[in-house]
Amino acid sequence: MLELQNVSFSVADGGAEKEIIRNVSLTIPDKKLVAVTGPNGGGKSTLARLIAGIERPTEGRILFRGEDITEKSITERAALGIAFAFQQPVRFKGIRVLDLLRIAAGRQLSAADACAYLSRVGLCARDYIGREVNASLSGGELKRIEIATVIARGAVLSVFDEPEAGIDLWSFRNLIEVFEDMRKTIRDSSILIISHQERILNIADEIVVLKDGAVERQGRREDVLPSLIGTSAAVGSCLAAESGEGKRSAC
Amino acid sequence: MLKLDETQKRLLREVADLHAVPEGAYNIRSNSRSVGRRSTAHIEIIPKTDVSGLEIRIEPGTKNESVHIPVVMSESGLKETVYNDFYIGEDADVVIVAGCGIDNCGTQDSRHDGIHRFFVGKGAHVKYVEKHYGSGTGTGRRILNPVTEVYQEENSSVEMEMVQIKGVDDTARTTKAALAAGARLVVRERLMTHGVQHAVSTYAVSLDGADAAADVVSRSVAREDSFQRFEAKIIGNAPCRGHTECDSIIMDRARILAVPALEANVLDAALVHEAAIGKIAGEQIVKLMTLGLTESEAEERIIDGFLQ
Repeated sequence: MLELQNVSFSVADGGAEKEIIRNVSLTIPDKKLVAVTGPNGGGKSTLARLIAGIERPTEGRILFRGEDITEKSITERAALGIAFAFQQPVRFKGIRVLDLLRIAAGRQLSAADACAYLSRVGLCARDYIGREVNASLSGGELKRIEIATVIARGAVLSVFDEPEAGIDLWSFRNLIEVFEDMRKTIRDSSILIISHQERILNIADEIVVLKDGAVERQGRREDVLPSLIGTSAAVGSCLAAESGEGKRSAC
Repeated sequence: MLKLDETQKRLLREVADLHAVPEGAYNIRSNSRSVGRRSTAHIEIIPKTDVSGLEIRIEPGTKNESVHIPVVMSESGLKETVYNDFYIGEDADVVIVAGCGIDNCGTQDSRHDGIHRFFVGKGAHVKYVEKHYGSGTGTGRRILNPVTEVYQEENSSVEMEMVQIKGVDDTARTTKAALAAGARLVVRERLMTHGVQHAVSTYAVSLDGADAAADVVSRSVAREDSFQRFEAKIIGNAPCRGHTECDSIIMDRARILAVPALEANVLDAALVHEAAIGKIAGEQIVKLMTLGLTESEAEERIIDGFLQ
């Protein structure tokens, strides 16, 4: 599906070069959910942005389904089937939720189709479809809409940058079910989630631990997760532990 | 049926969404003369005799009727000043659609100055829509200088939608309003300038009666080398509520001057102003690019949404 070959990424820091990603080689297999975890500042979000094309590697290559996409733009990568959910969803004055979903789907979605996407992320669609994607929406609502836009892409590879960031635990608990659902319905696609949350790691097929910009560990969940429990790479919570009780918001 | 050429018909569609003769009362002015007019049982349109323009009289209690008075100009070099007065009877509820479209394919400037006065009776409600549009490949400028004066009696309400999105080279827009007790005014202005266009929009709203309220909001986009000046002044002469907001996107080498002003002359005048100017956030463009749009498509989509 996706292959990173010796990817490095540096930024200018004062007069010096600061290396954020160091020689990372990584494969995201077909039909798998891969979680990337690791301490804050370890380069996880940068890795996600490199895959989406928002940042370009200073060294190395990125291959998507065998094609070298290292020099391809964000738009070209989107056209090839890479979707990206922002850690902090962007707000737009005057663009409605329906408009954003239509852009994402690349067609004139009917209101009913758009509602179906919103329902998948647990939003009561009729309350949201005509609302602007602006500051009147809460962090949790924006997060769900962001995820709905990625679902609407029908992407081959969906990348989620810390879906738990910026929302309360209650909202997050409900959000977990969305990812569980996505995991179950994976077809000819793959999912990459940047996350610290134990419950996200729990549904991953593979886990990558990124530390100081380099891959510290990578392997099957069963092999990697036990060593992470209790560290900052796999944060649990009382609410998150009540796994079965999270309910989708009812319409 | 009206005798209009294709350019005139296109202008009419742009400024008044008209594809045929409108329902209700109307006057269509083309190249400085009326080419179609109709009064109705409750709305009378009378041409002025002293100056160019119309007197539009709407009977008290007239409900759910509309008046269209679009202006189109397709001859280069025309210059005109038109005085239209609207008398809206008590408790009437009407929609008034104005607007001017200029197509200038010549070398001389074309100019339309529309002076509109609204006398709104007690308890009446008016929705006023005004669109300005310019087109044509000539070097002659397309100039529009509308003056709008609104006099609102007790408990009347006026909603104004002013739109100028494309093609007007020079505009000086002046809007004045005076509101009696319980009257309400809502203004939504949308403006986009490009090229070397120049647009000045000035509002002065006087809240003279108790519980009068005004909300004046402008959203604008200034592109390329254009210039915009937005001045909105709300004057509270009684216990009242006033709000003005100017929200602008600046692009390229454009310049924007926003001058909100508030004047409270009594203790219980509650007045608020907001003004913001900024470029399109990079993250907004990036987000839409991840959804498959190109950078320029993303930019256009953001502007379209902003000016919705």
